[in-house]
Amino acid sequence: MRAHLAKLRFTAAALMVLGAGIVGAARAEDAAVQNCTWCHGSGAQGYTPAPRLAGQRAAYLRSQLLRFRTHGRNAPVARQYMWSAADNLSDGRLRALADYFASLAPRPAMDGNAAQAAPGRAIYQNGLPDENIVACVACHGPDAQGVGAIPRLGGLSYDYLVRRLRDWQAGYNSAGARPMPHIAGNLSPAQIDALASYLSFMPSAGVRERGGPTRLTGSLPVADRR
Amino acid sequence: MATVPERKRTPAAIAVIAVMAVLLVGAAAPTAFAGPDRSLAAKFAYCQDCHGPDGQGYRGFYPIPRLAGQQVQYIENQLRAFTEHRRKNEIMLNVAHGLHGGMVTELAARFHAAHAPPIGGGPRGLVARGKEIFDSGIPEKNVAACAACHGPGAPGTGEIPRLAGQLYEYVVAKLVNWSKERGQIASQPDTSLIMEPIAHSLTRPEAQAVAAYVSTLR
Repeated sequence: MRAHLAKLRFTAAALMVLGAGIVGAARAEDAAVQNCTWCHGSGAQGYTPAPRLAGQRAAYLRSQLLRFRTHGRNAPVARQYMWSAADNLSDGRLRALADYFASLAPRPAMDGNAAQAAPGRAIYQNGLPDENIVACVACHGPDAQGVGAIPRLGGLSYDYLVRRLRDWQAGYNSAGARPMPHIAGNLSPAQIDALASYLSFMPSAGVRERGGPTRLTGSLPVADRR
Repeated sequence: MATVPERKRTPAAIAVIAVMAVLLVGAAAPTAFAGPDRSLAAKFAYCQDCHGPDGQGYRGFYPIPRLAGQQVQYIENQLRAFTEHRRKNEIMLNVAHGLHGGMVTELAARFHAAHAPPIGGGPRGLVARGKEIFDSGIPEKNVAACAACHGPGAPGTGEIPRLAGQLYEYVVAKLVNWSKERGQIASQPDTSLIMEPIAHSLTRPEAQAVAAYVSTLR
């Protein structure tokens, strides 16, 4: 009986794998993906107040979904939308969603104050040593492309970037988080305006990960599709 | 609201946002927007932002080196090398310009006193070969044993840096780029000259092996 069940399971798994191969990789219509794109934009390019997910680092997306699930991300918008959204995600689906959105090509929001982009660039690339503000470039990279679990910032929307920095200043999202709560705490409103403006205009350089071409499609494991 | 100039907002929206901002700022840490804090504590916290709360280093876009246990004199020398353009690093050039007076020695002493365990992550398979090179050099290439200067277990001394527990990625990057980063003013030779022939003699796999070994040392 047990052997029979195991065989059935194996057959089912084999069919699923086969099915995945035949169906291909475009999964924008998957229910789990659509649950995200209702708010984050049908192309996952972000839609106020939901940030762009396209091209975000997979490891970062995973870490943040986990933080929503465990309520470490506790700012008002997170509580209102993302706690329930992440509550029922299995680890497997969480990973699949992160990989899927990371595989999409990001477009810059370009919605900041153009006049503030130059001062924002100076802070991002050089920091403000006399004010103890570190250069963002050290961790987020010269094109704000991020790396590993460090997020891509280039081309995110102005409002989202401002909100994240202000949330840290207000003490949200800070449990176990380092070093951003401290760094954000030193920024003035004008400096936040400048940084968010600069980043919103940044083109999406450095999209390629591990040297491979940017894939415009992603895939969810069959078991995670409904 | 002052934070979003040049954007069109209706007076009502501005009022709503202003109320929200007051509520948010009310909950904020008391230090927010207070202006530059010139204290040593604030500067140390600034160093910790990148080098880690215990100076253990951090894997940012660039590897940010461990400072925990580092030799005070070495830190002082390198900060001077940044400002004098003998050691090339845009980020640290800016940082070093923001350090004043006796601050450098104080900050270096704080990191020297830190004992955080290494953050690890180097390839374990290379450690044995790395230890061999570190302890005995590479006789067929006349490469000196690292232990001769850095000491057995790589604690360093004086102007010779501690390598124990240093980030794998950082050590590899320094060794393979030695002459592009160090000793950049020919008329002002410095201690980086000592390492130059050694760094040039090491192949990348050899540099990786040494880096893997020292990254495991406590």
